[in-house]
Order: sequence, then C-alpha cells, then structure tokens
Amino acid sequence: MTKYLIQVDKLVTHYGKRKILDGVDLKIAEGEIRVIMGGSGSGKSTLLWHILGLHEATSGSINVLGKDLSQLKLNEKHKLLRNIGVSFQSGALFSSMTVGENIAFPLKEFTNLDEKTIRIISRMKLEVVNLGGFQKLMPSQLSGGMTKRAALARAIAMDPKLLFFDEPSAGLDPVVASEIDDLILKLRDAMGMTMVVVTHELDSAFKIADKITVLDKGKNLLTGTVEEVKNSKIKRVQDLLERRARHDTVDPEEYLKRLTQENYTIS
Amino acid sequence: MKSTIENIGSSIIVAIERLGFAIRLFLDSFYWLFFGRKHKQYLRLSQVFEQVRVIGFDALPIVMALAFVVGVMLSIQLLYAFADFGAESQVLVAIAKSVTREFSPLIIGIIIAGRSGAALAAKIGSQMISQEIDALRVMGVVPVRYLVLPALLGLIISMPLLILCADFMAILGGAVFSIESLDMSLFAYLKESFDVLEVNDIYQGLVKSVVFGIIIALVGATTGFNVTGGAEGVGRATTTAVVASIAAIVVADMIFSYFLTQEV
Repeated sequence: MTKYLIQVDKLVTHYGKRKILDGVDLKIAEGEIRVIMGGSGSGKSTLLWHILGLHEATSGSINVLGKDLSQLKLNEKHKLLRNIGVSFQSGALFSSMTVGENIAFPLKEFTNLDEKTIRIISRMKLEVVNLGGFQKLMPSQLSGGMTKRAALARAIAMDPKLLFFDEPSAGLDPVVASEIDDLILKLRDAMGMTMVVVTHELDSAFKIADKITVLDKGKNLLTGTVEEVKNSKIKRVQDLLERRARHDTVDPEEYLKRLTQENYTIS
Repeated sequence: MKSTIENIGSSIIVAIERLGFAIRLFLDSFYWLFFGRKHKQYLRLSQVFEQVRVIGFDALPIVMALAFVVGVMLSIQLLYAFADFGAESQVLVAIAKSVTREFSPLIIGIIIAGRSGAALAAKIGSQMISQEIDALRVMGVVPVRYLVLPALLGLIISMPLLILCADFMAILGGAVFSIESLDMSLFAYLKESFDVLEVNDIYQGLVKSVVFGIIIALVGATTGFNVTGGAEGVGRATTTAVVASIAAIVVADMIFSYFLTQEV
C-alpha cells in the first residue's frame, strides 16, 4: 500500500473575506516529487503555508506525516516542523548571520551536538548544494542562485523527511535554474526525501515532477503525471502550458461595480 | 465628515489591537521564559548577555554624558530659582531627589527608546519583510522566544543599572556647577547628597526604569511585527516605535510618580 505523507481533504481557506482555496484535495506519496503549478494568485503558496500549519483553515483537514494538524498540540507541531524543511522563494536567510551560521542554526537550536560536529555537518550540507567553502560569506554577498542553494542547505540541515520549495527557479537564469532542478533530483535520489515544489516554470516542472497538480482559482484542476498534464484537454491547463492569456468573460455589472464603488473589495 | 469619523474609529481599533498584541507578547515572553524547556524552546543566556551589552554597556557613554549635563542644567536652574528665597543650600537636596526619582529614569528612558526601541522595531520589521520570521516559524522556533524575550530581559536588566550610573553622574554634574556658589568641597557635596537620599528615592527610579524597559521592548516588538509596506514600512515602524514608546514612558512616569509618592 502506498504511504501518503501529505493528505489534504476539502481544504477551504480565506484571506480576510476573500476565498483563496476552495475545496482542495491533495495526496502526496512517500518519495514523490510533486509539483504544484498554477498562475499567480491561484493559491499555490497559500496551500503550502496551510500544509505547514502556519495558517488556520476555514474548513477541511490536513494530515502531514501521519498527524492531523488541527489535533496537534503546540510542542507536537514544533516537533513535526523539525521533520520538514522549507526553502523560501527569497531564500529568507538570516541576514545578520554568515551562510555557515544560517545552516548551523537549526542544529544549534534543536540538537545537543557539540560545536565541531555542527560545523562539520553544516559544511557537508554546503558541499551537497555545491557551495563548499562559502560558509564565511554573508547572505548579502551571494548571488540569486547561490542564495537559493544556501537556503536549500539550511532546509536540509536537519535531514527532513519532507521538503518544500517555494519557486526554486524564479528569477534565475536558465542555466542556474536547471542546476537547481538537478540538485532537487539528486537530493531525492540520495536522501529519499519527499518534495513539494511550487512553481510556474514549465520546463522546470516537467523535468523534476513525478506528478503535477494544477491549481486554478483555489481549486484542484488536475493532478497527473507529466504526460497526462501535457495531453490534458482542460482549457485552463492548455492555456497555462501554451502561455495563453486568460480570457475570462467580463460580467458588465460586476465590472461597473469594481470601477465605481468606493470601498470595493473582491469577494 | 463620515470618513473622518470612520478614520478615527479605525485608528482606535488599530490602537486597541496593538495594545492587545503587546500584552500578548508580554505574557508569551514569560510563558516561554518559564515553560520553554518543556517545548525544547531554550532561552540562550548568551543572547541575553549580548542584549545587555548592546542595550546597556554600549549606551553607557552617552547615558553618563547626558546625565552629567542634566545635573549641570538642574543646578543652573535651581540656583537661579532658589536665589530669590535665599535658599541656595536646598539646591543639593532638590537635585538629589529630583534626579533619582524623576530625571534620570525619564531621560534615560527616552534615550534608550530612541536607541534600542528603534533598533528592535527595525530589526523585527526588516525580518518580517524578508520572511526571516516565517523561516523561524517553519523551523519550529518561536519568534517571541528567540527575538523578543532576550531583548525584553536585556532591557529589564540594563535599565536599572544605567539608572544607577545616571543618578551618580547627574548628582556629580550638579555638584560641579554648584559647589562654588554653595562654598562646599566636591567630596562634601557628594557625601551630603548621598546622606539626604533615602532608599525610597533610589527605589522609585529603579521601579520606573524597569517599567520603561518593558514598555520600550513591547512597543518596539509590536511595531516591528506589524510592519507592512516594505522598506518604507520599516522606516515608518521605527519612527512609530520611538514616538509611541516615549509617549507611553511619559504617561507611565506620571502614573507611577503619583502612586509611588503617596504616603503609605
């Protein structure tokens, strides 16, 4: 039987009054690389934050590593988070620490290892992401690609079972983006991690994904293998693949309201 | 008209929200201080010492210099005012009491609000913007325990120590200016000053300084955590932190002066 590390069931979430996710279902098996695709504002990042338990859902359930998030006590949640690594879109490295200190940070916080062991582990993680010898630099001295790789090294510092990437190749040149993709594949093969990658870079998604989930307007439009997604007949998926602009029909009344009402907020 | 009332209403709501947030931060900080071990959320003593160094020790030169100047200023004003009554000799008592009870906590509170309150707001604010706080949370590190608690403890420890130094320097400043008019030696002036001081005078200043320290930490952290709008927002938060904490310090000073001067 397949073991699922993440199970999301009918997740509905709101940001203020605006509905962001509208009944999303998601199942991610152990060892899988799942790419979550979708245009801007489709709710990709929101889904990620909810799976990490950082936001309260309106309804629905989320089960991560066999634990129901809504049932977890605070220290159980913290314990769960130690098995999860997150690589942020901007890197989110601590700007006041060196690269080496950034990677050593989770180890210092949560393990009883001595200084030297921590130093060796953090340098090993830097080697994994091809940044060997860069531990003394400050995050501000790194290029875009190096920042992402350093963030990745920090995310894997605690050898997590589950790894999340928020836009790993956004804003990088094609060569560097491709290097990051290779790194993701290498990590999965070497360490057996399960990965969830949020991206809208098509080339990257097709290269790394075992399965792709396409989100649109807060709904799970399609989940399938790369081939299934490529051959999908769903119009929104095709639009996304062929980079066609969205041609939504305009509701004249709604349009006028948007233009004229003083306190209009989208609902 | 309607929008003015709406604006007043919404800013009152924001103010109440912030107040609630600050109280929550205060309670959370002490929760993590006492129960952090249970959750593997350790408070690092090195972090607290570092804060005491940055907030207290590094501020020592400016604090001592300004306290000295305040002492001189007070003796100028009081010598002038008391001369009308021929009561110059009372300058010594007036300086000793007013400095320890009022001026050094207030002035030092304002200096530290400008120095450390602003720095705390800017630090937390920029970490909010760059998602560093989110990174802490997804690692399972409680931001309050890691960022707010050390600063809060640092301020609670540093403020009274700074006040003691400031008390001495202000009395010294007063002495240097007034010994000639009073025809006293510096040593005699200082000895006399410490003789007229009661424990309660010093104690009042110390109690106030701890309260001001807590205000500075909470206001700084609250404005930092509520930053919106990028780099400009961080700038705005820094200004707000300084203005709001100075306002809160002045009001708290009045309230505490009232209660602490009531005869028991």
